[in-house]
This record gives sequence, structure tokens and C-alpha cells, in this order.
Amino acid sequence: MAFKSSELAEPPNEERLPHTASAAVKVVIVGGFGVGKTTMVGSVSEIRPLTTEETMTQAGAGIDDRAGVEHKTATTVAMDFGRISISDELVLYLFGTPGQQRFWFLWNGLFEGALGAVVLVDTRRLEDSFDVMGRLEESGVPFVVAVNSFAGAPDHTLQELRSALDLPSDVPLMSCDARHRDSSRDVLISLMHYLHSLVATEPS
Amino acid sequence: MSDSPQDGTEEGPERLYVITSGRSSASNGLDLVTLIVARTVPTAGMQPEHAAILSLCQAPLSVAEISAHIGLPVSVVSVLISDLLDEQQVLTRPPVPPADLPDLSLIEKVIHGLQKL
Ligand SMILES: Nc1nc2c(ncn2[C@@H]2O[C@H](COP(=O)(O)OP(=O)(O)OP(=O)(O)O)[C@@H](O)[C@H]2O)c(=O)[nH]1
Ligand SMILES: [Mg+2]
Repeated sequence: MAFKSSELAEPPNEERLPHTASAAVKVVIVGGFGVGKTTMVGSVSEIRPLTTEETMTQAGAGIDDRAGVEHKTATTVAMDFGRISISDELVLYLFGTPGQQRFWFLWNGLFEGALGAVVLVDTRRLEDSFDVMGRLEESGVPFVVAVNSFAGAPDHTLQELRSALDLPSDVPLMSCDARHRDSSRDVLISLMHYLHSLVATEPS
Repeated sequence: MSDSPQDGTEEGPERLYVITSGRSSASNGLDLVTLIVARTVPTAGMQPEHAAILSLCQAPLSVAEISAHIGLPVSVVSVLISDLLDEQQVLTRPPVPPADLPDLSLIEKVIHGLQKL
């Protein structure tokens, strides 16, 4: 959309934050293609989910395997996000990463300063989750794992999934249905309890 | 639901370059969730993008939301907000935690808020 101020989409009045809003925190929802990231953002957000974007510049060679492309390529990456007002002062933002995993960690400031992440897993494609869990560990971003149950997905117990995912016993693992607000909220609450336990046991 | 706002003409790099007068957003300290609040109202003759940000931020709004409502990339919006900061036309409310581990009372507030959902 070409920018014109006359076209500016102002937030509806009921979506305005109170003037007392003074601090914001963020949580990132990650996972493979079609695993329910956008659905989860939408089910708990108090605003209609929005899309923001960033332009990534990267060396073309070795990233896009189109022969002969060696110059820098600019890619626009879009990100869904929603918002939950925690109190009159505090706001929680939820970012649902786009499908192309290789871009997530290039987006400066997406994971920096994030309280933590939710890794959404589709049991039909467990392997999609390994890479992202590894990257989160490297980046020091605490995460919980939520398993979405899709029709036709194999029926595993959480214990089986924990060992299949090679997940340490202290990392919370739960099943969820991202389409339901209560379920998505409970995943976020688990993440917060987990963060609480990490901070409480941190040697100071 | 997640349709990109880009459905008309693409924002060419040249156009974005013009809006920001060629400046980049490197290290201006703005986070996606830094809240921005206007201290003034838009005036005639302002660059339209600056005016748009001021009118959006009459109530606090995050950098990500400003980007979404204006339909410009975060890095471009960050440069525009920096201009307004330099001219003291907006205030920022930085995100917490800045870098390190969040504190327990913050996490407890978030848990409490989520339980009310
Ligand atoms: N059965 C079931 N379906 C779900 C669940 N969550 C999402 N879906 C469905 O799965 C489809 C994909 O969901 P999205 O939220 O678009 O997934 P996404 O992770 O954002 O997808 P990409 O952004 O394309 O990677 C939609 O049709 C959802 O309705 C769930 O918990 N259970
Ligand atoms: Mg999506």
C-alpha cells in the first residue's frame, strides 16, 4: 500500500491503550508452517491481529539457491501480532513468526528483550521443531512447548513426545488447541510460571 | 487473517529511502514494543508520515502497531520516530525488561493479568 495519510487506518477507539500504559513486554510464538501461530495470536489478542513487516537484507549466495545470485537480496518479512492489556500500566504483545524460519533470527529486536517464546508443535511434523528449539537455546530465550492436536495426527502421550523432542524435564510441555482462547491463555500462563521458576532459582 | 497490508503497489526501496532521507535505523534504541506517546498534535506542513505518527500516538502505541497502521516497515518507522524524538514531539516508554532476566514481580503481574482473561 502506498502511503497516504488520508488512507491511514487509525486504531478504533476501543483499541486505544489507556494513557497510564507505561510498559510493554513481548512473547514470541514460533513453530513450523501452518502449526497455528497466527491462530494462537488471534485467539488471545484483545485487538484484531495486526501485521507488521521488516525488510531483511542478506547476502544472496548460499541462502537462495538460485544459481548465479550473489548480490544482496532484500526480502520483506511480515509478522502477525496481537496485544493483551495486563493492567492499566502493563501491556503484553504476542508476535507470531512467519513461516520462513531462517528469517526469524535475522529480525533484529524480535527475540531481544522477549520474556520468552512458545514453540507450537504439530505431531505430524515433529522434525520442524528441532531447529527452532536449538536456535532458541542458543539465543538464551526461555520457551515452553505446546502441542496442537490436528485431526489425523498420531496419538502420542506427552511423555513419548518429550523423549521424541529430546526435551529436558524442566521445560514445560503441554497439549493445546490454539483456536481456543482459554487454551492459548493457559499456554502463556505456563510460560510465565516457567519464567518465574527460572528467575526464582537464578543464583544472584 | 494474516494477510499482509501490501496489496497494492509494492513499497520500492527507493521510496522508503526518500521517506527516511536515506538514513538507517541502526541502534536508535527503539524496540518493537516501545510505547510511543505524542506530546504535540500534527501541524500543517509536516512530513505526512510524521503527522500520521503524531495523530496515531495521541494515546500510547507500540512501534509495531504504528508500523502496522501506517503500512511501513519497522526500520523505516523507527527512523521517523527518531526524528520526532529529536524534536521532542514524542516520548517513549521503553519496554521491560531492557536486557536481563525479568524480575519476579513483573512476571507475577503478567500471570495475574492473564488469569483474568
Ligand atoms: N485442529 C486444530 N487446528 C488448528 C489449531 N490451531 C490452528 N489450527 C488450524 O490450522 C490452520 C493453520 O493455522 P495458522 O494459525 O494459520 O498457522 P500458522 O502457524 O500461522 O501458519 P503459517 O503462518 O503459514 O506458518 C488453520 O486452518 C487453523 O484453523 C489447533 O490447535 N487444532
Ligand atoms: Mg501465520
